[in-house]
Amino acid sequence: MMENPWISGLVYSAVLVTVLMTAIAWISWFERKVAGRMQSRLGPTLVGPFGLFQPLADALKALQKEGIVPKDADPFLYRFAPPLTMALALGTAAVIPFTPHFLGSDLDIGVLYALALSGMMAFPIWIASWASNNKYALIGGMRMVAQGISYEIPMVLAALVPVVLSGSLSLGDIVEYQHVNGWFVLWPPGVGLGAFMLFFTTALAEGNRIPFDIPEAESELVAGPTTEYTAINWTIFAASEYGHSVITSALASTLFLGGWSGPWLPPLAWMVIKTSVLFVTITWIRWSLLRLRSDQLMALCWKYLVPFALMLLLVAGIWTHVRP
Amino acid sequence: MQSWIPILVYLAIASSVGFLMLGASRVLRVRAKDVPPTRELTYESGEEPVGNAWIRFHPRYYVVALVFILFDVETAFLVPWALNVRALGRFAIVEMIVFVVILLLGWVYALRKGALKWQ
Repeated sequence: MMENPWISGLVYSAVLVTVLMTAIAWISWFERKVAGRMQSRLGPTLVGPFGLFQPLADALKALQKEGIVPKDADPFLYRFAPPLTMALALGTAAVIPFTPHFLGSDLDIGVLYALALSGMMAFPIWIASWASNNKYALIGGMRMVAQGISYEIPMVLAALVPVVLSGSLSLGDIVEYQHVNGWFVLWPPGVGLGAFMLFFTTALAEGNRIPFDIPEAESELVAGPTTEYTAINWTIFAASEYGHSVITSALASTLFLGGWSGPWLPPLAWMVIKTSVLFVTITWIRWSLLRLRSDQLMALCWKYLVPFALMLLLVAGIWTHVRP
Repeated sequence: MQSWIPILVYLAIASSVGFLMLGASRVLRVRAKDVPPTRELTYESGEEPVGNAWIRFHPRYYVVALVFILFDVETAFLVPWALNVRALGRFAIVEMIVFVVILLLGWVYALRKGALKWQ
């Protein structure tokens, strides 16, 4: 790390944001390929080898389109919502340790910071849905807020299990602890795995992925909160959704899968492998499962996930005394 | 506070990404010359939009929002506990079990009252 935090922060941020935006672009290609294979299609093949330049073509196309702001919308909020979503989606990555040394800042409240930013994702989308003055968007936004705040609770509780076990809120320390004592997904037996599954499920819900993508259920709400969005405004939303999925996968691998820790390969390789495996699982789930109904979604959260998360946390707390 | 400076810089750069994309689109985009009057109407499956969407709307889960505040405060209490549970010893465990059991009683009450149902 360089001496001056402003300069090192600037270098780190420029590198990480560039890498993340590139990753997001090619993840859209990857997801379309996986989707194609799962449905016995080929996916994009025409632009470049294996359709690899498809994201560039898509981005150029979106940039050239004329964005239309509906006459009845609130123009300021309508334009402001997409960049805000993007900022929140990318913001979480600042505290994630990609290698022991490559991280923005090892905040002593890193877990809280990451969860706070990822939990706020619901609000710019709600701003977008309200500003567009569209009934589909309004219903979608309402569902988004209900789901976002509900799944926030089991998500925070699941993320507290590693905090209890490692005794630190800093993501760097949590990874170090797992590096020495083993990944939290493996121990305490059952509890760690349960917390990981819980975190992953709630992360799907927070990121609006199937089976929890009820806010933008396209069979009933056209496109949910983003119905009125066109051109680059829509692209920013789509990119932030991918970004959110990727960064939450990285967060889940940091909290439960040991982050950069692993044998033989360099730390960064382990981090990329773990994040990719989780992201592929998200894609796999997306093309395999059906969407839950809105009330089933809320019932699942409040009747099962919240008490389950509380139990896990207490068992983890007891574990620290039984096996210190 | 030193450790927050990189976060601040990072957030500033992350916030600028969306605006940069909007700016690039402003340079590159095409503009229609003659705009049909229906183009800027709100989308409503091809029909003329009926009324405004800024209305009093029944969010079916407004009791859930109240339960949410309850549990949110509870998670806020659990964070310092989770951080110090090793240091505080057996006492902290018992305290937290009592706290959570009381909360779960409240949860059972809300469940029985149907607060978590579609209304």
